[in-house]
Amino acid sequence: MALAIALVIAVITVISVYVFWAHVWWLPVDVSTHGASIDHQFMMTLIMTGIVFVLAQLGLAYFVWKYRDRGDRRPAKYSHGNNALEITWTTAAFIVFVGLNLLGYRSWASMRFTPAAADALRVEVWGEQFQFYFRYPGPDGQFGPTHVNLMNDATGNALGLDRDNDPASKDDIVTATLAIPVNREVELILHSKDVGHSFYVRELRVHQDLVPGMAIPIHFTASEDALNYNGGRYEIVCTQLCGLGHYKMRAFLQVMTQEDFDKWLKQQAEEQQ
Amino acid sequence: MKIPRALWVAGMAVTLLLAGCSKKQETAEETSAVPSEQPAGGTPVDPATAGEITGKVTFNGPKPKLAVLHMDQDPVCVQKHSSPVYAEDGEVNGNGTVPNAFVYVKEGADKYTFPAPTEAVTLDQNGCLYKPHVLGIMVGQTLHIISSDPTTHNIHPLPKNNPEWNQSQAPGAPPIDKKFARPEVMIPVKCNQHPWMRAYIGVVKNPLYAVTGEDGTFTIKGVPPGDYTVEAWTATWGTQDQKVAVSPKGTATADFTFKPGAGT
Repeated sequence: MALAIALVIAVITVISVYVFWAHVWWLPVDVSTHGASIDHQFMMTLIMTGIVFVLAQLGLAYFVWKYRDRGDRRPAKYSHGNNALEITWTTAAFIVFVGLNLLGYRSWASMRFTPAAADALRVEVWGEQFQFYFRYPGPDGQFGPTHVNLMNDATGNALGLDRDNDPASKDDIVTATLAIPVNREVELILHSKDVGHSFYVRELRVHQDLVPGMAIPIHFTASEDALNYNGGRYEIVCTQLCGLGHYKMRAFLQVMTQEDFDKWLKQQAEEQQ
Repeated sequence: MKIPRALWVAGMAVTLLLAGCSKKQETAEETSAVPSEQPAGGTPVDPATAGEITGKVTFNGPKPKLAVLHMDQDPVCVQKHSSPVYAEDGEVNGNGTVPNAFVYVKEGADKYTFPAPTEAVTLDQNGCLYKPHVLGIMVGQTLHIISSDPTTHNIHPLPKNNPEWNQSQAPGAPPIDKKFARPEVMIPVKCNQHPWMRAYIGVVKNPLYAVTGEDGTFTIKGVPPGDYTVEAWTATWGTQDQKVAVSPKGTATADFTFKPGAGT
């Protein structure tokens, strides 16, 4: 029986390693300029935790077999273990985890704590149950104020803009598709109207929560490759369980050339003015 | 005397079972006891003397610009439309009249008996819009909800005077039949899947109501002779009341004019 359990553990270990080694379920293509550092961090974490996983599992299988019941009814012995060894690997694990965090922090902070470029395209992302809206500031570069009492999806004014009385709102463009130009930095400012949501575009390696009452900035650049896959169209999904319709909360990101983007934005503005 | 353990357990089980049954009965009684304001008795309407109320609902002001409804989150909704879809609230017809105004006899008809019609009122979900956008229904009459869309909807009325509910309807799912026990003008209906979807249901005690269409006119038929208060409701500009007198077999006129800013 001990041998069978040990073999099962070993087989599970081998299958798990194969799934990652052969890229059975793997990351989609990266179409961002910062994605390489995220993928590098992911690979480094995967390799280090993978080695520990394999050693731990094979060790477990070995000990299950080594200390099997041999039928000679010998009494079990208590072993306190080895203090020096315990301290060594606890310290090693601590160093590895803190080190991974410090390395990953650089990639993470570069999108959040450093300011976006001055010429970055600024777009607001608004989440609500169960829909994303996107707001472009228009030619004045200013987002007008939002008024809760005017928010009404059924009248097409989901963000509660008062275009008649707020000059900054007059040229704001609200859409349900996020279009961005390629090779230009984009700064998203994330808001939620109701509960926690999350903005995730796998191919852009951009993942950030939307928190009610907060305006959370994040910036990134879609690389030239972004135009080459799926016609530049990528799915934006909510990854924070936000209610009954969470499974359907999504939108689409369309990456375009700057020229096409300008045309698209103009068309949206004409529809809304 | 010591009670045998098996007997004790059986006794407890029977007690719990009975408690469960009695609780169920209470729940059923509570549900059926929702008070209906449908009058039990009263004067029947004499069709030979009944008249009608007719009129027009107009908007006096610059025609509001309607916003585009963004349906991009659900490709099924987008595919159902070949051109941009605009909000229906605040819509004004080309001739300055108002569609989707709910006009009903608000006061004066309480002495008459109006049994709830046996035929249902249908609310369709088509192109990720509620059709019709505004509808009337009598207390106790069946609201028959269907979907013409190959996507899941979630019908969610937001009443203040009736129990609130929401129910999903997947593609191919059977129709949903519901009734409202109390009068309420209006009950907004949203869809929890598609936040732009909106309908308004006017639940009234009599069949003396109408919804304006593309010409902004309405006709309320079968009105017994008498004095009435007629109200016109709009989603954007609020409500207006008017008093009318209907003579036997006569036609009373009630025109309503809304202005910008009212009701917002």
